[in-house]
Amino acid sequence: MNGIHDMGGMQDMGSVVAEKNEPVFHEPWEGRLFALRRAMAAWGKWNIDVTRHEVELVPPEEYLRLSYYARQFVAFLPMIVKSGLVSQAEIDTATPAAGQPQVTPALSPEKALAMIAKGIPASRDVKVASRFKVGQHVRARNINPVGHTRLPRYARGKTGTVQMDHGVFVLPDTNAHFKGENPQHLYSVRFTARELWGESASAKDSVNLDMWDDYLDPA
Amino acid sequence: MTTTRRNFLTAAVTAAGAAAAGNLGQAKESAAGQGEDEKPGHTHAHDHQVVPSDFALRVKSLESLLVEKGLVDRAALDTLVDSYEHKIGPRNGARVVARAWSDPAYKQRLLTDADAAIAELGYGGMQGEHMVAVENTPTVHNMVVCTLCSCYPWPVLGLPPVWYKSAPYRSRSVIDPRGVLREFGVVLNQDVEVRVWDSTAEVRYLVLPERPARTEKLSEDALAALVTRDSMIGVAKVASPANPNPARSGRV
Repeated sequence: MNGIHDMGGMQDMGSVVAEKNEPVFHEPWEGRLFALRRAMAAWGKWNIDVTRHEVELVPPEEYLRLSYYARQFVAFLPMIVKSGLVSQAEIDTATPAAGQPQVTPALSPEKALAMIAKGIPASRDVKVASRFKVGQHVRARNINPVGHTRLPRYARGKTGTVQMDHGVFVLPDTNAHFKGENPQHLYSVRFTARELWGESASAKDSVNLDMWDDYLDPA
Repeated sequence: MTTTRRNFLTAAVTAAGAAAAGNLGQAKESAAGQGEDEKPGHTHAHDHQVVPSDFALRVKSLESLLVEKGLVDRAALDTLVDSYEHKIGPRNGARVVARAWSDPAYKQRLLTDADAAIAELGYGGMQGEHMVAVENTPTVHNMVVCTLCSCYPWPVLGLPPVWYKSAPYRSRSVIDPRGVLREFGVVLNQDVEVRVWDSTAEVRYLVLPERPARTEKLSEDALAALVTRDSMIGVAKVASPANPNPARSGRV
């Protein structure tokens, strides 16, 4: 989706302002929300690509105005309703519906620590032929899907060089819509700054993006 | 259920939007570069400010609902918050960097198989499942961004700062990396190659900063103490101990 989240290359967002001695969470609720999202993910009703897409669906004026965690909160509510874990009526009343006890225990502190330590790998141990080799020239496809993609607008149609083959990874474009993992090779592709931004860019500089087989054509 | 909790959750979107209206302009006016931090009366431009105060109540209400439904265990939430507030942070990454500076064989392993090398020091896991380390040298400067959201290597750097997740950094790092670096106080010569890494997949990038001068005799612990979070994102250089501010040296 060509949304506000795809902001690479925009120039009118202002200067970067870093806060000195910044706390991990500015308010306790930010930490609670962060933890709630992790703990609820343990039910396995969605995946990381689904959560990213839900944030992308926050309307652009809200997306820019809300803080990071406020945006995450706004995106979280529809996701837990769609998952069936919580009903809209329960959200509306902030009250659990009667007669629906959970039979499976929630994520325990021990399992939370194990989840952090193990992570959730996106690589897949399956044999899939790679379409490209390191050193090969490739062109990023000019695609404009209305759903989720991790191919930013600024790289579409541009020519680059494969720097690394990371192996086989889940494709977000389908996974975000529960349409399968579609595992395929993922590459680091280097685009020169001049290819991306024109002749006024530095001749020395480059941007590297991670791109799946489905994002690329031979150049 | 009490009426005070009623509607907290559904009111969130509109209330947050209304309270935030107009603040974007204010943020733009006050964002005039890193030097602003020193000016008296400076208003921080990070969008943290646009959060209405009762957001705390809405999240609390959501937490209560999910606990009552048996979907979350409060003790697990406490554990998750504690882990990222106190255990998982940039000191982990600093230890990786210090080891790489001290041990050439380790550095080689870090640059060729970062997952295994980082795991040697006991780090890894969520949002660092697939790591790549990139080395800064006198001729190559790497910096990391996630233009599409906020991808960041949690096991070695912790959770990202607000500026990393902000629109200015996400938008301009790829088109004007040298301008962004100048805002952090890093001025690079034209003959230095800048490589920006846009984290578009689940691969997470860690910058191995240049070892500063006058550190030959320092222990690994002393070296780790010099390494800043920002240097491992690639928006700062690591300062020599005797020269504390050649670039930006905001220690975290």
